[in-house]
Formats: sequence, C-alpha cells, structure tokens
Amino acid sequence: MLIALETLIGGLMLGALYALFGLGLSLSLGVMRMINIAHGDLIVLGAYLCSVVMQMFGIGPFLSLMLVVPLMFVIGMLLQSLLLNRVVGQGTLSPLLLTFGLSIVLQNFLQETFSADTRSLQAGDIALRGFDLGGVSIGLLPLLSTVVSVIIFAGTSWLINGSHLGRQARAVADDPATARLVGVDDRNFYALITGFILAVIAMAAVLYGIRTPFAPTSGPERLLYSFEAVVLGGLGNIWGTFIGGVVIGVAQLFGAKISSGLGPFFGHLVFLVALLARPEGLFRRIQR
Amino acid sequence: MLSIESVDAYYGLFQALFGLSFSISPGETVALIGSNGAGKSTLLKTIVGAVRVRRDGVRLDGRDVGGDTEPQQLARGIALVPEGRRLFGSLTVLENLQLAARNGRAGPWTIPRLMQEFPVMKEFQHRPSTALSGGQQQLVAISRALVCNPNYLLCDEISLGLSPLAVNDVYGLLSRARGDGLAVVLVEQNVTRALAESGRFYCIQKGRVALSGKSADADHAAVAQAYFGM
Repeated sequence: MLIALETLIGGLMLGALYALFGLGLSLSLGVMRMINIAHGDLIVLGAYLCSVVMQMFGIGPFLSLMLVVPLMFVIGMLLQSLLLNRVVGQGTLSPLLLTFGLSIVLQNFLQETFSADTRSLQAGDIALRGFDLGGVSIGLLPLLSTVVSVIIFAGTSWLINGSHLGRQARAVADDPATARLVGVDDRNFYALITGFILAVIAMAAVLYGIRTPFAPTSGPERLLYSFEAVVLGGLGNIWGTFIGGVVIGVAQLFGAKISSGLGPFFGHLVFLVALLARPEGLFRRIQR
Repeated sequence: MLSIESVDAYYGLFQALFGLSFSISPGETVALIGSNGAGKSTLLKTIVGAVRVRRDGVRLDGRDVGGDTEPQQLARGIALVPEGRRLFGSLTVLENLQLAARNGRAGPWTIPRLMQEFPVMKEFQHRPSTALSGGQQQLVAISRALVCNPNYLLCDEISLGLSPLAVNDVYGLLSRARGDGLAVVLVEQNVTRALAESGRFYCIQKGRVALSGKSADADHAAVAQAYFGM
C-alpha cells in the first residue's frame, strides 16, 4: 500500500514535469494553431545550453537559468519572426513540414557540436536529498520541479485569463485578421509568444536534465510525452495540459513498477485508452 | 483629409478595384453604395491596410500611408468596424472593449462613457460576446472601434441582418459619434438610409466609381442606374 502511495506521489511529480514540457506545445497550438514538431529538440537544446553555461562559468544548473532563460527567449523570438511566421496560418501541413525539418537540423547540429554521448546536469547533492513523510520518501528535486511547474502553470493561466497579453492571445487565436483591426500586430505577437514558450522550455529543460541523462536524439521522446499531455488534456486548455501530463506520469511509474521496461508503454496505453473513450480530450476548453 | 488616389487592388490575381479615387474630410459622413461584390468592402480594407496597395495609394493629411498595417493605421486614427461584427468569442464584451481601448488612442471615448451611454451594455458586459443578439453585438463592435478614438470610422454593413429597432439603436450610436466630430464612411445596403445619413455618396460598380455627389441632391433614378449598371 505504501509502495503504491509512493509510486502515485512519484508519478504526480514526474507528471508535473511532463506537463511543463507540454505547456509550450499547448500554447503554440492554442494561440497560433501550429504544432511544433521540434518542441522536444528545443527542450534538449535548452538542456545543452545549460550544460555549456554551467561549464563556462562554473555554476550550478539553477543559476545557469539566469542566462539560459533570456537566451532561449531571444532564440524563440528570432525563430518565430525569421522562420515560423512564414507558415503560421497556412494550413496545418506547412508548419508540420517546416518544424519536422527544423527537428532534424537541430538533432544533427547538436550531434555535430556535442557528439552523440549522453550528458546530464550535475546539481550537486540537491538531486539526492529527500525527506520522509509518514513512511513515504519524497525526493527534494522532484518536489521542487513540481512546485516550479505549478507556479508556471498558475502564472500562465493568470496571464491568459486576466491580462492584456492574454486578451491579445485569445483574440489572435479567435481571429487574427480582426485582431489586427484592434491593433494587435499578430506577427510580432507570435514572436513574443514563442519567446515565452522557449523561456518555459528552458526551465523544463533544467529540471529534466538534472533528472535524466540526455543525448542529441532525446528530443522526439520528449515531444511524444508533451504531445500526449496536451491531447489528453484537451486542445487549448492550459490546466487540462497539466492534468494530462500528471496522468501520463502516474501511468508511467505504475507501469515501471510492474516491469521496469514497461513505463513508457503504460503511458502510451493510458493515452490510447483515454483517447478512445474521450477523443476530444479529458477537458474540453472548460477554461478559456 | 483621407483619400484614395486611383488605386488598383487585388486579391491574388483577381482585381477588385480599378483606378478608384475617393476622399473624405474630417467630420464628414460619406456613404458607399453599390451591389454585392462591387468593391465597397475592398475599399475599406484598402484604407486600413488589410488589402495592400502602393505607398501613395492612400493619403492621410498629405502623407502617403498606403501599404501600412492595420495597427499602424489604427494608431493614425483610422478604425474599421468589419462586416459581420467579428467580436472575439473567447472574450467577454468588456474584454473586447478593454483590448481595443488599450491598443487604441486616448480620447473622449472611454469604456465608462460607453457604459454610461448604453446602460444595456453594462448589463451584459461580463457575458461572452457570442451570447448577445445581433443588434447588441453590432453595438459592441462599433463601441470596440470607438474606444480606439479614431478620427475616421469606417463602417462595413453595420445594419445587415438586424431588426429595424436594432438598426435605429446602431445609427443612434453612430450619430453620437458624429456629434463628436468623427468622420464616418458608411457602407450600407439600404440606399435610402445611406443617403439620409450621409453628406456625400459614392456609388461603386465593378470596382469603379459609377456616380458620386451630394446625398441631398441624389437623383434616385441615376443612383439606381449606377447601382445596377443598367
């Protein structure tokens, strides 16, 4: 029983990280109606950038975010305004093809630059510390990443629902041509959104890199988990994405308890079953 | 003074306007009449930059402003109420107005003033904009353009599909805006109404001006001929 509880808590905390992976995908789908196939590779890029910054300045992974978050923000804005803006609103196929190509380019770039060896981000003893709560042991790092994830989700949700930025985002998502008539420059706004998405990715990348070793080809797997979280939660629903990520995380850890190789399989299985039962996702745009 | 100088406008390969010229002075109300597909909406879109034209195709107070984007024209004081109202369904009525007010210019039209003048809008301000009747939606759509405090308000088919009572409400709001010195370009299917509300008119046919003049002197037979092209 205690083991089940421990697995559940572990799954919730892993899921919060998956949810954070999914947030960016959810935003680009919700605001720009665009699926970014390179999303997972951008997470891996973020992790490598952290690794480089850590080596250069001899600092820890969390401190490296001070540099990596703004850097990723700028990369996101440039990526959108130079490349992705050419295909936004051009149907669903063009963005898929372009970002698929981008994914391949990124993977090869990372392999060329950093070799195919796996790396991980060393966080020192914070990664090993934990505490005991009524017989259930909880790792400090997973707890931290859960807190970070919840804060980012709450902040994003507040931005979308209660700020001028969010009103612009929803207006652009509804009808870009009319949004321009009320003064929203959709192209610049998309660049801002993608900058924000990559800043979130940077934070997810650090939490991921400390937890799991990564290699240049780890991207597609990240994309898959992100995508499952987004679709499971219902497209365009921010807290739905959070719940979706948590469900996948819990399913994976329970699967891994049954047999250590079955974790991801169980995640996919739950995703499949949930999709068959509710093709529109668990939560259908309850929240705007 | 806002003017269009012998402009050709295209949707891809399809040419919608042929050397069309048009002008409106501050405070004036000008009606655009013509059958469906004549190019009236295209003319409005050309002015706000939704349809791109050459640089000197659109002139505002002696400056060439053609080819600029909608947000740029909005900042210069040109606002369009699009055909079909096009409120943002994911936003409440109030949010629709807040978005526009924040992006537009400062001026006499504020959200509190609109709420005061239209108490009915205050009642439904927190509803999603899609939950309103057509007439209410149109009032919100005009208000959304007004809170940007334009000098030139372009209205595309603002009475289309509304009940006669709602049409009166909509024109009531418009006349208050005109009382504040706004220039209004009116695209209107109802020719009688358009001529009654405006000082001058242009009759557009197949992308060209077929007839223009003072609305008070308009000869209905000549307008009908220009309208239908017979």
